[in-house]
Amino acid sequence: MDRPSDFGCTPVVTRRALFFAFLEIGLSGFGGVLPWARRMLVERRGWLTEKEFTEALSLGQVLPGPNIVNVSIAVGTRFHGAVGAALAFSGLILMPLVIILVLGALYAHYGHFDAVRRFFAGVAAAAAGLVLAMGIELAIALPRSWAVVTIMTLAFFGAAVLRLPMVAVLAVVAPISVGIAWWARR
Amino acid sequence: MNAAPTSAEIAFYFATLSLMAIGGVNSLIPEMHRQFVEVHAWMSEREFVELVALSQAAPGPNMLVATLLGGKLGGLAGALMATAGMCLPSSLLAYGFARFWQRFRHARWQSIVRDGLAPVTVGLILASGYVLTHAADHGWVAYGVTVATTALVVATRVHPLWLLGVAGLLGLAGIV
Repeated sequence: MDRPSDFGCTPVVTRRALFFAFLEIGLSGFGGVLPWARRMLVERRGWLTEKEFTEALSLGQVLPGPNIVNVSIAVGTRFHGAVGAALAFSGLILMPLVIILVLGALYAHYGHFDAVRRFFAGVAAAAAGLVLAMGIELAIALPRSWAVVTIMTLAFFGAAVLRLPMVAVLAVVAPISVGIAWWARR
Repeated sequence: MNAAPTSAEIAFYFATLSLMAIGGVNSLIPEMHRQFVEVHAWMSEREFVELVALSQAAPGPNMLVATLLGGKLGGLAGALMATAGMCLPSSLLAYGFARFWQRFRHARWQSIVRDGLAPVTVGLILASGYVLTHAADHGWVAYGVTVATTALVVATRVHPLWLLGVAGLLGLAGIV
């Protein structure tokens, strides 16, 4: 085990430092905060080892909900329990929330202006491309097997083409896929 | 446009979405589109796709798309209820697991569930891209912008904000 705390010296992280670290993380990223969280928590502050961060991230991805929010909860809890979780979460969300509320209010007031509408027509087309690109990059990183490609295609087809309720797609596809993953590991 | 939902309804909708958000919030876009635009007609296709785009242009976690959509449905109260709804159930779950971090950190089921959910998540994110493309693009130039953005993000390391900005200017110039 490469963790310093296994030798009895968990890094000392004050509540204040926890809050401000996540405040900075929240403001760092555009379209994804996770790489910034790793840089801050592992490289700059040294609060977590690379392995511990990967474990927190893995937990954040296995559980439902926004991944980075889950990571903030896991890291906050680790250092200061429920209070730490609340501090890390509020630090993460505070500034981006204020900014998005202001942007949302501006959109509500000026969204119907002709110039704004034309601008957004362009931005929306590019935003669709950003999400498609994310999907393609993740698809490339998946293991190449018939089972994986079939599950991915079924989930896509159910949600995008058939427009089924998500709960129906998940209820059918997720257990089969986890079952296949379990079978492959036996 | 149907009558707007109450704050309690907004909180409930996003709380159920929170628990379905496997692999993050991006996999929820088809379901949010289905509920808000198709089933309830609480917003137009254009408003939906523009708010998603705005959330991508803003700093911070991409779950803030919930804040914008909630704000459209119920003003400031709606925005805050949607944010709380999106974060609270999953955060309580994450807290419960984090309490027992040591017990779970090497758990084999964790990697099995992650491997199993990965292709489902990717399929849903591709579906998100499909739904957004369908909603955003009217005409060949818009499709071209979407395809070009996709290709540039996959093939280069250009910052996404530049692509959103350039596409916005093309729109402003009346080209898209």
